[in-house]
This record gives sequence, structure tokens and C-alpha cells, in this order.
Amino acid sequence: MAAMPAGTIYRGGEGMWTWVLHRITGVGVFFFLLVHVLDTALVRVSPAEYDAVIATYKTPIINLMEVGLVGAVLFHALNGLRIILVDFWAKGPRYQRQMTWAIGAVWVVLMVPGTFFMLKHTVEAMFGSAS
Amino acid sequence: MSTASQPGPVSIPAPRSRTRQRSNYELYSWLFMRVSGIVLVFLVLGHLFIMNILDGGVQRINFAFVAGRWSSPFWQVWDLMMLWLAMLHGTNGMRTIINDYAERDQTRFWLKMILFVAAGFIILLGTLVIFTFDPNIG
Repeated sequence: MAAMPAGTIYRGGEGMWTWVLHRITGVGVFFFLLVHVLDTALVRVSPAEYDAVIATYKTPIINLMEVGLVGAVLFHALNGLRIILVDFWAKGPRYQRQMTWAIGAVWVVLMVPGTFFMLKHTVEAMFGSAS
Repeated sequence: MSTASQPGPVSIPAPRSRTRQRSNYELYSWLFMRVSGIVLVFLVLGHLFIMNILDGGVQRINFAFVAGRWSSPFWQVWDLMMLWLAMLHGTNGMRTIINDYAERDQTRFWLKMILFVAAGFIILLGTLVIFTFDPNIG
């Protein structure tokens, strides 16, 4: 196959889909960040108010959404590093496809144990093997 | 070849003069996304690891936990840097997306106004909370 000409890496294929995912995860994380500063600001209201809101973060459904949040942030971070390498590393554009699969592998390797520890308490509480 | 078919004198309007000063704003914005991005990789992934995974994760977080962390200037500076960089990085990303997808000038203008007001409010609120935190409140 002929080498893909530079300048088309965002049109179709891995480059375009990582671009789409980068936007979607970025917007999602931004809106969470607005909410998260507001809930943390409750420490200036009272310990009881803060603890009440933080208690919702410990419920099973929100706990599952936290795994989604961490997954979104981790993808955005890894793909951001890939974009920086494409922009600043002389061989970056040539290896952008390999780097896409590399960040996918790193994402899976970090998310598997991460998901385990994030959901451990919820699963134990729901299926009754711990406090 | 006869010259009779040649068109008469044409007047080509002078190129429009540049009405605005050229600015490097978008270059600095592009660079800021990359520099802040690298710093945020450490700050945010570190934050998520400590808060969601380490030592019981989110289950151990409460007011006393926050009070313990913010008794140290190290975590105060960490959280303040993370707040400012993440909000500016996110707001600049949202600005790019609005510019890309909102086609009417009016729509673009007002969406960005809402964005900037909301971002300014959140940055100021978060900064105020970090600087005025009182562990003995209530």
C-alpha cells in the first residue's frame, strides 16, 4: 500500500475517529468539571451538606458513571499525548496509526485494574461479601 | 489574431485593505492546549488515581478527608493549578467547538458569552473555596 500522504490523517480511519472521541470526551469532562467545582464548593457551606452530596458519589449507579468518567479522561489524556507527538515529533505523523493502537492498549491495561478497584466496594456491598 | 475581440479596459478593484490587525491569538491558543495538556495529564490522572482508586477510592471521601488534604499547601497548590488549567483548557476547547458548529454569528457570540461567564464564575468560585476553606466551619 502506498504511504498515506501527510495532511489527510484526520480524514477517515483511526485519525478521524480519535478526533471525534477526543471532542466527545472533552465536552463530557468539561460539563462534569463545572458540576464538580460546585459540589466541592459545599465545603464552604457545611460539613453535613458536603457529606450528603458526596454520599451520592458512593451509590452504585453514580459509581459506575465514575468508571465512565475516568475512562473518558484517560482516553483524552492518552490521545492528547498522541496529538502532541504527531505535532512535534518528526516521525509522529508517520507513526500516528501505530500510536493509536498503542494508546488503545495502554487504555485497556490501565482500565482493567482501575475498574476493578473503583467498583470493588459497590460489588461487595451489592453481593454481600463485605461491610 | 485581431485585437478587435479584446475586451475593453477593465478595472480591477484594489484588494480589500486589512481591517483588523493580524493576531497570533490562535497560535498561542494552540500552544496553550498542548502545554496545559501535558501538565494536566499528571495533575488530573494523579487526582483521579488518589480519589477513585487508591485506598478505598471514593468511599473514603468526606469533609474530614478534604480538611486533611487542604491542611497541606502542596495539595492546595495542586488543586488550584488543576482548577485553573483544566477550566482554561476546557473553555478553550469548547470555544473551538462552538466556532466549528455554530454557524450564525449571533449564535456563536451568545454561546461564547454564556461559556465565558460560566467559566469565569466557576474559576472564581473554586479559587475562593480553596483560599477561604475553614476546617472548623459548622
